[in-house]
Amino acid sequence: MPISNETLQTVQSLGQKYAAGFITDIESDLAPKGLNEEIVRFISAKKGEPQWLLDLRLQAYRHWLTMPEPQWSKVSFPTIDYQDAFYYAAPKSASKLKNLNELDPKLLETYKKLGIPLREQEMLAGVAVDAVFDSVSIVTTFRENLRKAGVIFCPISEAVQKYPELVKKYMGSVVPYTDNKHACLNIAVFTDGTFVYIPEGVRCPMELSTYFRINEAKTGQFERTLIVAEKGSYVSYLEGCSAPQRDENQMHAAVVELIAMDDAEIKYSTIQNWYPGDEEGKGGIYNFVTKRGICKGARSKISWTQVETGSAITWKYPSCILQGNDSIGEFYSVALTNHYQQADTGTKMIHLGKNTKSRIISKGISAGKSNNTYRGLVRVSSKAKQARNYTQCDSLLIGKTCGAHTVPYIENKNPTAIIEHEASTSKIGADQLFYCRQRGISQEEAVTLIVNGFCREVLQHLPMEFAVEAQKLVAISLEGSVG
Amino acid sequence: MLNIENLHVTVAGREVLKGINLSIEAGKVHAIMGPNGSGKSTLSYVLAGREGYDITGGKVAFMGQDLLQMAPEDRASAGLFLAFQYPVEIPGVSTTTFLKTAINALRKKRGEKELEPVQFLKLQKEKLTQLGMDPEMLKRGVNVGFSGGEKKRNEVLQMAMLEPKLAILDETDSGLDIDALKTVAEGVNNLRSPTRSFLIITHYQRLLNYIKPDVVHVLARGKIQKTGGPELALLLEEQGYAGFYGDGEAA
Ligand SMILES: Nc1ncnc2c1ncn2[C@@H]1O[C@H](COP(=O)(O)OP(=O)(O)O)[C@@H](O)[C@H]1O
Ligand SMILES: [Mg+2]
Repeated sequence: MPISNETLQTVQSLGQKYAAGFITDIESDLAPKGLNEEIVRFISAKKGEPQWLLDLRLQAYRHWLTMPEPQWSKVSFPTIDYQDAFYYAAPKSASKLKNLNELDPKLLETYKKLGIPLREQEMLAGVAVDAVFDSVSIVTTFRENLRKAGVIFCPISEAVQKYPELVKKYMGSVVPYTDNKHACLNIAVFTDGTFVYIPEGVRCPMELSTYFRINEAKTGQFERTLIVAEKGSYVSYLEGCSAPQRDENQMHAAVVELIAMDDAEIKYSTIQNWYPGDEEGKGGIYNFVTKRGICKGARSKISWTQVETGSAITWKYPSCILQGNDSIGEFYSVALTNHYQQADTGTKMIHLGKNTKSRIISKGISAGKSNNTYRGLVRVSSKAKQARNYTQCDSLLIGKTCGAHTVPYIENKNPTAIIEHEASTSKIGADQLFYCRQRGISQEEAVTLIVNGFCREVLQHLPMEFAVEAQKLVAISLEGSVG
Repeated sequence: MLNIENLHVTVAGREVLKGINLSIEAGKVHAIMGPNGSGKSTLSYVLAGREGYDITGGKVAFMGQDLLQMAPEDRASAGLFLAFQYPVEIPGVSTTTFLKTAINALRKKRGEKELEPVQFLKLQKEKLTQLGMDPEMLKRGVNVGFSGGEKKRNEVLQMAMLEPKLAILDETDSGLDIDALKTVAEGVNNLRSPTRSFLIITHYQRLLNYIKPDVVHVLARGKIQKTGGPELALLLEEQGYAGFYGDGEAA
């Protein structure tokens, strides 16, 4: 049974508006507008970086000039004017910061409003946060507790100074600057991000997280996250993000690299809530992100879980290179698009080792005039004996004017591999809604209930502390989903 | 409790209900029997407020309110419950979550406090045991992978949990074996009270051996053709519906 007009109208009025859309009125230290070698040097100088990193940045920048924009994804947007943006913005007050008590109250207030209180006693028990505001990390909590366990959790700009060998060894080892244009720009102009190092045999005693906030107008955010899990270690890491509501498009091009040694496990979760643009598709973040992990060691495991509700355009494919024998890669994704949002997201599972396994569960929800594409690659090399993959892609459509697409690529060079793919497309049925309403559940609550049911398999992989938040976000993001 | 006056309903351009008159008092159990396609489900859906029905005439009062003006969820909170002939599946939403959401939505509308999780679970367990249901079912998605009989039991469970003032059961007996039928009947009988009414829609007389109705109606060709006591059901069982079409319209 087709969805009725009334349903669409109710879905349209669902939830509250984008709650993170406020601007923090704070004085910023900006780089001159535009992009050139001088800007790259400016950023490097701001961070007081060693020569090797400046050289790497410049090398990447020069290469970037020669690279074409990726054309293969199903997203469309006007050509980006890279000169019409700032590549460095930092709150003036943040530069001389020694501890939390010196932090500008406006910043504390900002994070509180976003539901991320930065004072340790106010925080969720068991979650450590690195707070990145525009181009700089302003606070990293619980560092002392973590240090006792041997865990390094700090801004990547600080890691460059304090742990140069580790950073030099691993940065760019999973995502080289030649990988794609966005990743290449990132290394040229990245300003901060998070570094995590879990020593051999250590089970990280807390959830680690980074919250990325874009505040300044006309700025891009380019951050890098690097997580190294030594033999037999375990870490669960979560990133969240948001940005003010603005009419312009702002670029966010991040790079995340994960490295898991023998028997190590990295669980990486994302709740992506960048400003999605308004009902007419004006404004919103271009989220062009390269995330990749390598299961270097035998029996290692990398698990990506993402809930993508924000951004005008989402272009990201968190991937796993399954190099170690018996290693495991997982990708659990909810991508929700509404109004004019576009999402082209999925994963790549590259099976190199023997007995490697991968599992892909993707749930796409499209509403309004949005477009939602799952794009996934499963590649099995000739040496990857007995590799296994299971892929399941489900799409849920709300209304008639949205699009859902599934683009699976399979490249198999080993006859012993078992690759399974299942896909489904469904609609929220008028019958389901009526059934709920007959039991006294309002139309809005019914839509939320049904959509969250659709996503359950993915949401249950989030750390418990964040699962409820993700459910709420899914409900709020359906606001105004009419065709 | 419920008063239907001269109700006319058109579905997809065809008049399906052609002037229904029916009055149910508090505490009474009414049964509607009728052949397939006579409009039984249409009547139950119209009372519950499903979209897609053109009400071309008549009115319905429920607990003194104009029922046809109310949104489905408001009818539910006023105390109307429909056990569906074909219960709907909601993947990923466990029956427990669904029931908790429903109970608390109803309570909120009535200005009552939400049930404490412990109270809720206690109530659910009690009703579940009464109906001889497997607790595992509550963890599965609403009606997903349930057998026909399990779906019907789930409807009765929901009825028992939500404690309506008027419960409409649309062919809750069809597809049930005799044991399931008895459990369902017991579920209904347990809920009988001087302030609660039932409208039991059925194709067969069988269920009425276990739930004694006060009044039996025969619905055919969009009209109530005859009204009587429980003996009418037995008569129908013997003679079939042929004699009840009235107006010499018999097929
Ligand atoms: N949505 C619909 N579209 C078209 N015809 C319908 C629809 N719903 C019911 N009808 C028709 O209305 C009549 C009564 O159906 P229904 O109320 O389901 O009967 P019963 O429950 O007594 O078997 C049937 O002829 C049926 O085909
Ligand atoms: Mg019927």
